[in-house]
Amino acid sequence: MSSWINLYNISYAIGEFLMGIVAAILNFFGQWIGPLSDLADWLMSVNVLNLVAIFIGGAAMLVFVSIVNLFIIMWIERKMYGRIHDRRGIMLPGPWKKTHKGTGFLQNLADGMKLLQKELITPKNADKWMFDIAPAIIATTSILVFVAIPFSETFYVANINGGLIFILAILAIAPFAVVLAGWSSNNKFTLIGGMRGAALMLSYEIPLILSVIGVILLSGSLNPIEIVHAQQQTSILGIENWYIIPLFPAVIVFMVALFAELERLPFDLPEAEAELVEGWLTEYSGMRFGLVFVAKWVRTYAGAALITILFLGGWSGPVLPGELWFIIKSYIVFVIIVWATWSFPRSRIDQIVRIGWNWLIPIAIISIVIAAAFKWVGWF
Amino acid sequence: MNHGLWNLKVRVDGEIVVESIPVLGYLHRGVEKLCEKRDYNQIIPLMDRLCYVSSLTWAHAYCISVEEMMELEIPDRAKYLRVIALELQRVASHLMWLAAFAPDLGMFSAYLYSMREREHFLDMLQWLTGARMNQNYPRIGGVRNDMPADFPDRCIKELDYFEKKLEQYKQLFDDNKLFRMRTMGVGVLSKEDAVDLGVTGPALRGSNCPIDMRTHDPYEVYDELDWEVQVEKEGDVFSRYAVRMGEMRESCRIIRDAFKKIPDGTVRVKAPLRPTGQGFRRTEDSRGEALIYVVGQGEESPYRLKIRSPIFAIMRALPVMLKDTSVADLLSIMGSVDICIGDTDK
Repeated sequence: MSSWINLYNISYAIGEFLMGIVAAILNFFGQWIGPLSDLADWLMSVNVLNLVAIFIGGAAMLVFVSIVNLFIIMWIERKMYGRIHDRRGIMLPGPWKKTHKGTGFLQNLADGMKLLQKELITPKNADKWMFDIAPAIIATTSILVFVAIPFSETFYVANINGGLIFILAILAIAPFAVVLAGWSSNNKFTLIGGMRGAALMLSYEIPLILSVIGVILLSGSLNPIEIVHAQQQTSILGIENWYIIPLFPAVIVFMVALFAELERLPFDLPEAEAELVEGWLTEYSGMRFGLVFVAKWVRTYAGAALITILFLGGWSGPVLPGELWFIIKSYIVFVIIVWATWSFPRSRIDQIVRIGWNWLIPIAIISIVIAAAFKWVGWF
Repeated sequence: MNHGLWNLKVRVDGEIVVESIPVLGYLHRGVEKLCEKRDYNQIIPLMDRLCYVSSLTWAHAYCISVEEMMELEIPDRAKYLRVIALELQRVASHLMWLAAFAPDLGMFSAYLYSMREREHFLDMLQWLTGARMNQNYPRIGGVRNDMPADFPDRCIKELDYFEKKLEQYKQLFDDNKLFRMRTMGVGVLSKEDAVDLGVTGPALRGSNCPIDMRTHDPYEVYDELDWEVQVEKEGDVFSRYAVRMGEMRESCRIIRDAFKKIPDGTVRVKAPLRPTGQGFRRTEDSRGEALIYVVGQGEESPYRLKIRSPIFAIMRALPVMLKDTSVADLLSIMGSVDICIGDTDK
């Protein structure tokens, strides 16, 4: 892609156009009221347009991530596990065929509409303020992750130097909200669920971050874009050497830790529905429940995107544009996550903690040593 | 913990079970008393409804006890047909157990898989008996109807399919590290405890005690057929699971063998209407020993009929198995004994 077509330039052009209209209107009234034309001049100044462009770009990014992408993700997951179950999955609501061979692409929209109509029940003895704020924290932090995730060299909201740290930090906020929700619901099942969430976080945040250190060592940067550049620059026999090859153990650790981080099925103990009704989510109803549920999907996609950036070479790939490569790769990772989710039984809390401390942390440390050795030899 | 039809009162210390008391009786229908007002043939459909998952084995347990009382010898073809129907029902019942057990561990996919397989066995039962559930198939003195002419071929085709699927389940469960972690060493029931508490069926055979009524006290033609009793050594949830999976495989073998050896002839003989005496025959239900004790005093209906349910005894063993396990394992242990409240509460 040529350099001037990027998210920032496009949104700058859109911003310039929109602000131009506003400024023209203001200038028209400025004939009679002097200060309005000064305001119009200020609106058309470069700094304000920059700000507007960033807002528009961010909004476009969020629209893609939270609406278009989200619908695709939810559709992939539901269709995929339907097929794994030997069912058809969702099929009726959708833009194309409305038969039992249809796609059901809009089923999630219909479900969202249904959830919006439902009553928001707050338990009598709940800590109301915390109870209300917990789903909001989960939803906002989940979407906020995408601020630092670049979809290509030019398609990103913010190019933060410590982007990786920002992503991991934001991902780690949601478990606190889980504890908060579990405690504030004032219900024994939610409390156990929340505490399990805390135990999971303690045993899985560490391997998650340790497994990333290898990547940081090899690429020498915390910036996601720089990490992808580093992967593109090192090559063996003309093939780009993505970090999945030298750091394979780290990918495994990252993937397993991600399952716990996302509360997906082998490790979905905070909401083990066989034991704890619905875990910490038990008391939530209506769109609060919907928000949390959607946020889980967003986080899963964030995890898949993170794996793509860190280990799968991000947007690098032949022929197709980078953004498309990124989406293809991250969807493949997402499909693998869904696949694993629906073919494993639920683990037990003590076993999960044991796996985390006895297996994942040593493997993660070994992968760091491998990365250091590669760096020392000078292969990367 | 509430199952819907029974309660388990659990006292926990954190997530560790300290004490548990099963509370039964919510599904008591007074079947034993009802039987005293019905004549002998009218009781068969009642027995069908004892256990909604494994109804044919219960109707058969009743018929064989009454035949013992009447000292009635039934035709060989009827015996083979009974064995075929019983084993089809046993596989269907075990698949239903798997469908209930897997979601307790969080494997919702396995629920749909085993329900799909069960559908094939219900189809086979329908071809044979005319009904998917509550078949009302065994009769005192034989069975209701002969099998259709193309039944063996169609059945063997389905069994081929099912045995292929069983291999897949081996990959899905046995080779699954997480499944083994969840089930191995959990809910251990020692051989001594199992014998003392009167545990029977797969739960007993999982505790390294090779007692199967089909060979221990052979009825019908089980001793003429080629099959093996499934035994596992550990006594944990995985053993009970493995015993059931093995039994499904063996049931397929029994059915195949029975199709080879089935003789020609009639399928039913006339039975006396007003028998006298007492009948008692031990049979192997899908869940354990199903015993029905009948006393007749020369009237149209039995004087007394007593049902011994396998799960009623296993319920007493539950607190032993559940002691010192975590709440997460509670469900898998409860699931592993294959609880059916229909015949437990009678």
